[in-house]
Amino acid sequence: MLYRFGSFAASALALASAADAMVGAPTPGGLSLQAPATRIAERLHFFDSFLLWIITSIVVFVTALLIYVMFRYNRRANPEARKFSHNTTIEVVWTAVPVLILVIIALPSFTNLFYIAQEPDLEEIAQSGDFDDPNVYPAAAELGWITIKAQGNQWNWTYEYMDELDEEGYPLSFVSNPVHKGVSTDEADYIRNTGRSDFADRPKNLATDYPMVIPVDRYIRYQTIAADVIHSWTVPAFGIKTDAIPGKLNQGWFLVEEKGVFYGQCSEICGVNHAFMPIEVRVVSQEAYDAWVASMREGDFEGAVQIVDAELNALATQFADTQTLGER
Amino acid sequence: MPMDEIALDPAKAGQSDKPSFFVRWFYSTNHKDIGILYLVFALIFGVIGYGMSGLIRWELMNPEIGPLLNFVAGEGDQAIENAKHFYNTLITYHGLIMIFFMVMPALIGGFGNYFVPLMIGAPDMAFPRLNNISLWLTTAAFALLMVSMFVPGGSAGNGFGGGWVLYPPLSGLKGHPGPAMDLVILSLHTAGIASLLGAINYIVTILNMRAPGMTLHKMPLFAWAMLITAVLLLLSLPVLAGALTMLLTDRNFGSQFFVPEGGGDPVMFQHLFWFFGHPEVYIMILPAFGIISHIVSTFSKKPIFGYLGMAYAMVSIGVIGFIVWAHHMYTVGMSLDLKAYFVAATMIIAVPTGIKIFSWIATMWGGSIEFKVPMLWAIGFIFLFTLGGVTGVVLANAGIDHLLHDTYYVVAHFHYVLSLGAVFGLFAGWYYWYEKIFGVKYSEWMAQVHFWLMFVGSNVIFFPQHFLGLNGMPRRYVDYAEAFHQWHYVSTIGYFITMAATLWFFALLIESIVRQRKAEANPWGEGATTLEWTLSSPPPYHQFNKLPVVTTAGGH
Repeated sequence: MLYRFGSFAASALALASAADAMVGAPTPGGLSLQAPATRIAERLHFFDSFLLWIITSIVVFVTALLIYVMFRYNRRANPEARKFSHNTTIEVVWTAVPVLILVIIALPSFTNLFYIAQEPDLEEIAQSGDFDDPNVYPAAAELGWITIKAQGNQWNWTYEYMDELDEEGYPLSFVSNPVHKGVSTDEADYIRNTGRSDFADRPKNLATDYPMVIPVDRYIRYQTIAADVIHSWTVPAFGIKTDAIPGKLNQGWFLVEEKGVFYGQCSEICGVNHAFMPIEVRVVSQEAYDAWVASMREGDFEGAVQIVDAELNALATQFADTQTLGER
Repeated sequence: MPMDEIALDPAKAGQSDKPSFFVRWFYSTNHKDIGILYLVFALIFGVIGYGMSGLIRWELMNPEIGPLLNFVAGEGDQAIENAKHFYNTLITYHGLIMIFFMVMPALIGGFGNYFVPLMIGAPDMAFPRLNNISLWLTTAAFALLMVSMFVPGGSAGNGFGGGWVLYPPLSGLKGHPGPAMDLVILSLHTAGIASLLGAINYIVTILNMRAPGMTLHKMPLFAWAMLITAVLLLLSLPVLAGALTMLLTDRNFGSQFFVPEGGGDPVMFQHLFWFFGHPEVYIMILPAFGIISHIVSTFSKKPIFGYLGMAYAMVSIGVIGFIVWAHHMYTVGMSLDLKAYFVAATMIIAVPTGIKIFSWIATMWGGSIEFKVPMLWAIGFIFLFTLGGVTGVVLANAGIDHLLHDTYYVVAHFHYVLSLGAVFGLFAGWYYWYEKIFGVKYSEWMAQVHFWLMFVGSNVIFFPQHFLGLNGMPRRYVDYAEAFHQWHYVSTIGYFITMAATLWFFALLIESIVRQRKAEANPWGEGATTLEWTLSSPPPYHQFNKLPVVTTAGGH
């Protein structure tokens, strides 16, 4: 089920049109995975549904057997117990059949794992020009990688854009702080730090003051590391989770197909404020991204956020014209 | 079967060699007394650990930090900061207590001590004094753990709040500089030595002290389970001890095994920890497997189906259990090949586990099943363990685990196999052997009510947690996004049901003590074929002075 940007109202029947901005966040009372925004997540969803069928069948089968023996072989129905204790055929069957089931599970599992964990070769993809294969993006491959490093700190994330270097060679870098820390000063801190008046509209325990921003339909190489203790960087809608470990640079990739805002939460216990170091990623057009980078490099963080919001709000307005993203 | 002649004589029972109260219960070297003490301690420790989970569920019932503020010092925002840390200590100590001081002492120390010698026809354990040391080291370890909750952990307050897995750097000087973490290390070292000595004791006892005629292939499955468990303990605990010692020297003597600034590797700790930690989950569940086998056989009035398959399924679970540890660490940045290997190895475990499930059902097939209380718990166990097992197959796939790692899906999975698996096995054994151990009967209907309350309550707690995890709710969170509220609320309602079940359980115990209904030697009839049922209930203080001779395939 998709959540629409700015509304937080379920719109399961809404078309996932490219013109709309998506919200990757948990669904109230949700029963299943968050809607996918990358091919990685999409494949995992498909695999998860496939597994759900298998495991549900196994549980139903075992339960049915249990219920059958309870009715058929209880003391009243069968006063005299039989004494057999071996049956080689059935033992071979219930060893071999689970092996077969596991092989059936393993095949998609490994193909998915290889797809996720192997960094794609962009030159090869660009040359192939295969626009029909949903797993590769030749147009995006032409543009190459965008490399972003997420550093976990107690208790916020530092993002470094490794391709956006200044004159001295330092990458564009900023800290993404949580809006909510569960304390009474949250709103006052937010207003003081950002000057914004939309505190009430920010999703609780998910929002940050300055989100990570990336362009849509671009290959993103993300790296994780930590400054103090182990953290874990994840965005469920992207289908990725990678630990941020001090002294160890981890790496992964994704490509987001939908514009919008996507939330994640630190996923390795990291101390007192573990529950209060969210991850927020905003996905915008290449133009808006470029403008955001320029504004960030000038040090105008608020202006940069407004550029991103403007585009996403416009999309949300197109989609449902009564909905807006608050008062920025 | 020959019985103990001295103790069967009522005039002599209770005098000649039964020591005074203090000597009997504090200096005890009698395997049955030590078993009872383990059970009593596990009950006390378990109530403490269960109480902690109550605070956790109460806090999570509604968003915003609330209920825990009643338990911490400070005012306003300072109290909130303290409550956050207190929450982290609660989840940490809940995990450690339930694993090391509830499930292990009850299943291994309690039922293992009491019934392994009885089932294999031995007069006692091989090393009775070692047994005594194990018991009291366990209680000392618990005392150390409790003390650590009340001494400074870090800047945030008392106790260690880094999760039961103790990952550095959070468990190092950087995360928790205070003495609380050192006490946790000492506690686990002490508990580890206790378990190690116990494991040696079980291995020697089972290999050397079986009654004449009881070959390994005629040995009851509970004894098989204990033998495998003991071997797993023997091989895995030293690795944990090594990791903990390195952590201890990192913290106190300037070594840098896990300190990245000094060239150390925090991930190495995780490998060492899970090299112990994964066998540990089988250490907790194998004794329950053994108990369930006996109960299913007893109440179906049929021998265990596929006895050898059952025994060697446990052996293979034990062996494979040592080569799958890194499936707990798919997100640390392992190479693709390593992940692929651990996916394959992990999934293989489903095969011997499946053999066990199907063999239990085949044991019931064609039987004449009586739904006495132990059988209810056993059937509940089979159903719930299957449910917890299949979510394990889901998590074994590294790709999906990237989504579900460290979410409530994992919490639901391991509570289904432990809280609803091992604990259901524990209660099954408790009701199966209650008369045998304590010499009084419990009220059948009260025990049935206990089962149904627990069955409903624990499912209401843990089933919705699958939904939370799929939806993205991370573990070890004191507060959460609004979207997670509904299922957290339901989960806490489930806790209240289990609370009623627990109070009811204590009422049942008191009722059985007050009523003093005389126990029978074998209340379960022809289906109960293992040696403990040939003895009186409770068994004589020393049994098998004349060793029984096993001629048929006794336990199966």
